[in-house]
Amino acid sequence: MLELAIGIILGCCALGAGMAMIAGIGPGIGEGNAVAKACEAIGRQPECKGSVTTTMLMGCAIAETTGLYALVIAILLIFVAPSRLVDLLMTTLGR
Amino acid sequence: MKDRSRSFVFVDILLILTMILPVVAGIVIKILTTPASEGIAIAGAQIYFTIPMPFQDLPITESQVNSLLVMISITGLCLYLTHGIRAHVNTKRQLLAEWIVEKVDGMVGENMGEYFSGFGPFVAAILALSALSSLLALFGLYAPTSDINVVAGWAILVFILITYYKCKAGPWQYVKSFGEPVKLLAPLNIISEVATPISMAFRHYGNVLSGAVISVLLASGLQGLSSMVFGALPGVLGEIPFFRVGIPAVLSIYFDVFSGCLQAYIFAMLTMLYVSSGFPQDEYEKRKLKRMRKKIKAQH
Repeated sequence: MLELAIGIILGCCALGAGMAMIAGIGPGIGEGNAVAKACEAIGRQPECKGSVTTTMLMGCAIAETTGLYALVIAILLIFVAPSRLVDLLMTTLGR
Repeated sequence: MKDRSRSFVFVDILLILTMILPVVAGIVIKILTTPASEGIAIAGAQIYFTIPMPFQDLPITESQVNSLLVMISITGLCLYLTHGIRAHVNTKRQLLAEWIVEKVDGMVGENMGEYFSGFGPFVAAILALSALSSLLALFGLYAPTSDINVVAGWAILVFILITYYKCKAGPWQYVKSFGEPVKLLAPLNIISEVATPISMAFRHYGNVLSGAVISVLLASGLQGLSSMVFGALPGVLGEIPFFRVGIPAVLSIYFDVFSGCLQAYIFAMLTMLYVSSGFPQDEYEKRKLKRMRKKIKAQH
């Protein structure tokens, strides 16, 4: 029984990490939009390429934040959560 | 250039050593403390030792030691660049130092306005510390920026600065600013205020850490591949991971060099934007005028 419980914990942690990274879609679309618009702007006004590029990089980095939240959660689920949860299980079972 | 005295050159060499020796010391500490048998693993910062404290033990970790080494290195760099500085430019290093100062001052003036013109050194310090901490990964050391504690410390520092400048027009003005534009939105405003340092810390640390994790995954994958392909070779030849030579460096250019420098730039930029946008210019000037009037009235 204990093996099954630990197996469920590990499997669900991995599944949760995978599901958390679905959030990567959002920043991908957002950054793609930002870069597309920046390319358009540079095409229209090549002389302001420098400022457009720096602004775009700033915007991209800020748009990335939600994806990074998901990444942090996924990393916590993979590296931190399993051992904590297994410990919790062991202490509740009293072993 | 030939009029340099012997003591000048001696100090120069000392300063160059202050720049290089911390990195060497970091590598030596890393080699001495890493267990030999350990393969490739994704691990956090190593804890060297813990200092017993009244409430909670204080662990001295790799990230703390490495960031201190980076600070010593930056101090050496600054002293080296400004050593033998003169009114008229005659050395390359003085040109470089002046270029750095001018660039940072220009950036601060462009983004923060006139009131914050003294912010250059702070912004430059954040830029240099963050960028060089991330670049430390190039030497195979643990980058302090991939530890959330380090970056969260910087973010809290920036948050204190933001709050300080928001309070410049009086504490009551600061409290009232949460009720803008409607008083109903106050809880949301408080949440967004608290989210500022959290998002700053997570953005920087997540970017560097994701790069480190992907690099380690690639390295372990290449090790497995090379042991599969060359495993049949006799003796030591079969154990050398040939694919791990050179290929991870391509990723390192993106994740360590480009991403690290970009995140440093973004952290400094956000610091400037948050601090300058949080500062209530009009209210501050009104308050100043009021105080001056009161003073003049009191004098008469």
